[in-house]
Amino acid sequence: MISGLHIAAKDLREEMRTKQMLNSMIVFSLLVIVIFSIAFEDIISSSNMVSMIAPGALWITFIFAGSLGLSRSFAAELENGCLEGLKLCPVERSEIYIGKVIAGIVLMFFVELVTVPIFSVLFNYPIDGLFSLMVIIVLGTIGFVVVGTLLSALTVNTRTREVLLPVLLLPLVIPVIIPSVLATARVLTGGGIVDVLQEIRLLVVYDVVFFIVAYLVFEHILQD
Amino acid sequence: MSDGQRNTRILSIVTGVAMLVAMGMLFFYLPQMKGESGQLLDNSFNIFYFHLPIALVAYLAFTVVFLSSAQFLRSGEHRWDVLSASSAQIGVIFAFLVLITGSIWANATWGWYWIWEPRLTTSLALFLVYLAYLLMRQAVDEPEARARLSAVFGIVGFLSVPLSFLSIRLWRSAHPLMFGDATYGGAGGGLEGTSLQLTLVMNFIAFVLLYATLLMYRVHNEQIQEKINTKKRSME
Repeated sequence: MISGLHIAAKDLREEMRTKQMLNSMIVFSLLVIVIFSIAFEDIISSSNMVSMIAPGALWITFIFAGSLGLSRSFAAELENGCLEGLKLCPVERSEIYIGKVIAGIVLMFFVELVTVPIFSVLFNYPIDGLFSLMVIIVLGTIGFVVVGTLLSALTVNTRTREVLLPVLLLPLVIPVIIPSVLATARVLTGGGIVDVLQEIRLLVVYDVVFFIVAYLVFEHILQD
Repeated sequence: MSDGQRNTRILSIVTGVAMLVAMGMLFFYLPQMKGESGQLLDNSFNIFYFHLPIALVAYLAFTVVFLSSAQFLRSGEHRWDVLSASSAQIGVIFAFLVLITGSIWANATWGWYWIWEPRLTTSLALFLVYLAYLLMRQAVDEPEARARLSAVFGIVGFLSVPLSFLSIRLWRSAHPLMFGDATYGGAGGGLEGTSLQLTLVMNFIAFVLLYATLLMYRVHNEQIQEKINTKKRSME
């Protein structure tokens, strides 16, 4: 676990020096939200319709921006044989996975921290229940990154990895997207944390199950 | 003719006969369906005798993918990879057929081809996951890496399906439940009468046999493919 944290720290330090991925992810999610608010201009102006599309738009933004970051999570290690170096580290392979997951989650939190206020402004949408919303976003992001990091490692050595990652990832994160969107919708329309317990439970189950499975099978991916 | 080939041939003949019997039962053995008030129901229900067995066989095929993927990671034996690849290919076709037969039936009874509802959406998710599985197999050239990576995806993908079902179940359901307690929506329907159950069982047997036959042919094909590839490589 500790060595996992070291790997996460290494990734984040590297990211903070260039801010290459973070900037592109933030700008990208900003663009997606702008496009949504242009495309749904009429709907956004009527306050009861906006709550029908806003949660979906928010999560689509997260997932698009997230896939961008995930595709670089392991691909960035291909340069200068960094992946080989990582494999040579005297740590369990699954520690590499944990490190990558932590770094990915932190990166996505940054993006979401910027995206949510912009979303609130451009969709002309006051956000109540910030705490419940935070819980849902955190759980949804963990689930998304847990699976995404595994698949990022899986596709890193394939020919068409940029295309393949979203194709593999999206069907697998259906169980994250649906409860997240449902719960976000309920929270944004004034529901409390008690109203979304069912969704939260499902998200927790997903996070735990997939983290354990990914942790167990990860060593098979980086084998050589 | 080798033993394996003879077995395959016998199995395909048995499958053909079973399919014919199953279809014959549909057309000649089944009584006319009557509703509760005695009116004659239309025959669209008969597609159910295809729909359910195909769905179950698709689940069976994907379970085989999951188990043989796990076996491959455990033992590293090549034949498990061949088995999961073959089973996934057949499973995707069956999953597609489930969607088709289901849509036809839904249009006849509900009036829509598609509604967003737990069973339907789960079937769609299942289909998409294994479509992705096949795509991922295509994207890796090196046989050993392909086997390893697709085994991992086979395991993770299989686990996502029950979770998809649970998550989609948060929405309202309209699909009839044939077995078990209704955990959401209305109570389950049921099949009454021996002739109906017999027809269903016969169809189920026929489709399982069809799956077994196709699987044997697929595995055989993969083995031949393997031989060709080795020959090719040795000639280079």
